[in-house]
Amino acid sequence: MAKKHITTTINGDPVEFLCDTEQTLLDVLRDELRLTGSKEGCASGDCGACSVTLDGRLVCACLVLAAEVEGHEVTTIEGMAVGDQLHPLQQKFLDHAALQCGVCTPGFLVAAKALLDRNLDPTEAEVRYWLAGNLCRCTGYDKIVRAVLDTAVEMRG
Amino acid sequence: MVAAVEKIFNDTITDRETREKTLKWVGTRAPRPDGVDKVTGRAKFGADTYLPNMLHGKVLRSPHAHARIKSIDVSKALALPGVKAAVTRDDFPDQPAGAVQPAGEMVINYRDMTRNIMAREKALYEGHAVAAVAAVNERVARKALSLIEVDYEILPHVIDVEEAMKPGAPLIREDLITEGMEPAPKEPSNIAKRVEFGHGDLDAGFAKADVVIERTFKTQPVHQGYIEPHACLASFSEDGQAELWCSTQGHYVARGHCATLLQIDVSKLRVTSSEIGGGFGGKTVVYLEPVALALSRKACQPVKMVMTREEVFRATGPACGSSMKVRIGATRDGHITAGEAILNFQAGAFAGSPVPAAAQCAFAPYDLKNVRTIGFDVLCNRPKVAAYRAPGAPLGEYAVESVIDELAKKLNMDPLEFRLKNAAKEGSESSYGPKFGPIGCVETLEAAQKHDHYLSPLNPGQGRGVASGYWFNIGGQTSATLNLCEDGSVALVVGTPDIGGSRASLTMMAAESLGIELDKVRPIIGDTSALGYNMLTGGSRVTFAGGIAVHGAAEDMIHQLRERAAATWDIPIEDIEWHEGQAVALNGHADQEAPLFMLDLAKDMAKSGGPIVGRCSTNAQGAGPSFGCHIVDVDVDKETGKVSVTRYTVIQDAGKAVHPSYVEGQYQGGAVQGIGWALNEEYIYDENGKVENPGFLDYRVPVCSDVPMIDTVIVEVPNPEHPYGVRGVGETPLVPPLAAISNAVENALDIRFTELPMSPPRVLAAIESAS
Amino acid sequence: MARIVLTGNLKLYTGGVTELELESRSIRSLIRDLRRRYPDIPQDIEDELAISIDGVLHQDDWFAKIGPDSEVHLLPRIAGG
Repeated sequence: MAKKHITTTINGDPVEFLCDTEQTLLDVLRDELRLTGSKEGCASGDCGACSVTLDGRLVCACLVLAAEVEGHEVTTIEGMAVGDQLHPLQQKFLDHAALQCGVCTPGFLVAAKALLDRNLDPTEAEVRYWLAGNLCRCTGYDKIVRAVLDTAVEMRG
Repeated sequence: MVAAVEKIFNDTITDRETREKTLKWVGTRAPRPDGVDKVTGRAKFGADTYLPNMLHGKVLRSPHAHARIKSIDVSKALALPGVKAAVTRDDFPDQPAGAVQPAGEMVINYRDMTRNIMAREKALYEGHAVAAVAAVNERVARKALSLIEVDYEILPHVIDVEEAMKPGAPLIREDLITEGMEPAPKEPSNIAKRVEFGHGDLDAGFAKADVVIERTFKTQPVHQGYIEPHACLASFSEDGQAELWCSTQGHYVARGHCATLLQIDVSKLRVTSSEIGGGFGGKTVVYLEPVALALSRKACQPVKMVMTREEVFRATGPACGSSMKVRIGATRDGHITAGEAILNFQAGAFAGSPVPAAAQCAFAPYDLKNVRTIGFDVLCNRPKVAAYRAPGAPLGEYAVESVIDELAKKLNMDPLEFRLKNAAKEGSESSYGPKFGPIGCVETLEAAQKHDHYLSPLNPGQGRGVASGYWFNIGGQTSATLNLCEDGSVALVVGTPDIGGSRASLTMMAAESLGIELDKVRPIIGDTSALGYNMLTGGSRVTFAGGIAVHGAAEDMIHQLRERAAATWDIPIEDIEWHEGQAVALNGHADQEAPLFMLDLAKDMAKSGGPIVGRCSTNAQGAGPSFGCHIVDVDVDKETGKVSVTRYTVIQDAGKAVHPSYVEGQYQGGAVQGIGWALNEEYIYDENGKVENPGFLDYRVPVCSDVPMIDTVIVEVPNPEHPYGVRGVGETPLVPPLAAISNAVENALDIRFTELPMSPPRVLAAIESAS
Repeated sequence: MARIVLTGNLKLYTGGVTELELESRSIRSLIRDLRRRYPDIPQDIEDELAISIDGVLHQDDWFAKIGPDSEVHLLPRIAGG
């Protein structure tokens, strides 16, 4: 079967790619576009390491077929910093040591940003439940939650 | 030769105390050198590399838990367009029975390893690799697997450790006679080994006791649960030289294993460790790497192999399940007179569970005159177990700390007070033999007693539990190099993959020892050709042994800098001191000579003798053990059986916390892994020995909403064998949680659970039968 | 004479003896001296051992010094995760 030709927007840039029917958005981001910041931890939507946003909505890229993004907007971890300016979340993760091995970090950052884009004053419980779709095995989540709450404080001004 | 014998730094207690007073970087929360790449997604993990002309490798795995492999036919797979190579057992030379080599931290039986990475006579677990192909893309590779024909003769299987020990159980190895028994058994069994440790007179000890409690325990196997599946990219050239990129805890160890399994010179294989997305002991071994190399050697193209999450669960080494019996006796006034444990551990398809370490550690927090532990290493039809953070100790101490808690309750003593009364101290004869040097067992217990958590009242229905934990920690072969750049900045090359922030601590120690600004040191993790041997990252060794090597390299560089200053000023080297990053002339010469900075000496190094490189290669000895104590509060929902952790405090001895944030991170991460192990995680097998829950949905690890903030207290009882007093901390955090949580549940419900996990169905059933 | 304690299964090679005194001055010579006295001890036994000298742990350390009054414990090799 011939590959599909898809036109989309990724991190604000127009992008075209070819994909097989069964390829997921995660497959394409990584293997075709070499945007390897989104990670595959499970390929079943359980770990959140592949978190991206699709038209502003937080999704697991492993659960989106690549062909589905035709005409839509995707943002990934690679689009979070602007030039050499880290997003406040990224800086706070560093300040709070909210990462150890770092493989889950892109997913957490995308997910946390999606939260703060909607709610700049979450409670600890709201942060924990919003991030319940992102697994971390190294940190025990403590410093991640603190970093997100601290970012919210900073961004509220 | 002599260098190996002498300490690589000439330290006295005064040196250390002086250093402690003037610390600039060590002990601070400095920025992490690899942090920005990790928060931007730039950092490259195992699956993040691509090479031109790359093939995709995939493994065909046994669908049977136990089967004789009568034949394997890959011809149809090879005939499929796009398939470039296939490998089976025929492509890996057999290793003789006696092929045992020290590698990494453990003695490796290569006869077993070659069978684990590719089945030979039998498939020994569901998921066991039987063949592999390399093809132009994943779709073709998957299709090729479906064309491989394997003739299996299905055999009866056994998984549970007690079932595997019974006479008449299906035998994993038909010729296995238990090691360590005198006289040796006449009949083969699944019991690979018996070990025994202890000292004193157990019978006399129990005779003195006023109270004796005996309990049996049962635990299910769990997985380390690293978020990044195993991944590698192998590239073999036509002349027999090869490159391997892989996610590993030890690239030198991986190199050694692959070279042995493929029978090539070690130096012909250059291994680069990618960033690693979690290991916890599970990535101290090889699975895909030798297979990818073998495929690449045949195809002469790079071969990339990445495990799916399902493959990780079915086919990689998890931690063992167990059955255990513990008996402890004490006098009415709270003095433990005897302790005994019998531990049966599942080794999986090949011998080598951590039952010896568990047997040694189980009673380690206590100063006992009479103690004995016996361990059995038992084969069964599951993957060969791999290390999981203080391997063996979490289970042994789960059993012992549970009984300790029951004893305290029976004696009407505060659980911390009871532990303190019997605590191991400096000079105590440890449960495994040697006398302890300076240790922090008492300090962690006292810190727990004083902690706000322990002193706060509980809400109605809540329960509180405490438990102690211990791990030996290790040192090992470590090499580090400091290269002085022309502008006075320094490149630090180390050989230990960074799984938790060690680049930060090693850089801080380098800057501290050199007396220069932190941002003048750039660390990288070199590949295997860049440095002398480095044992893997594990055993809580990197900050300890890496710190010794980095400090040694700094001292070597300082010596050379002083030599250059001496030559430049034409004064004896004895009259030159290195102080805060400068060569300073002493003894009257100071009037004539202004200090020389790193920059000055670097600028002229070509003319003053050539490149200045500080090196240290050592086998670090004298790792100091780390004791911990955890306090946990739980709520139990009596309608659903759900146990919620409402408050958690980790108190642990770090010797010296080089970077407190990353020490806290180890404490918190281990505690939460322990919460998962205690409350939810387990492998579930069907009647055919197949894993029913090989994914994160049904293998339930803790998520963010499951746990509270994890408070930490860093106790510091310095380790005299390290220039900064460091003790390894990475493993001990997983040791106390199982018992601490079980003790908390008992405190809440008055029901003593002796089986893990305490998942909702089990808790509910126990509540219902108790009422 | 240093006090040498054999833990774990080592006593199976020594007919049950778990403690002895030897004059060995390094780990390497200790292994040699032990094997001379108990030839059943395998040649590569050191690969399976960790050795504690006066409470300090050594692994793969042939030339570690054993003093005349040292207490030495032979333990199984320690791994980690």
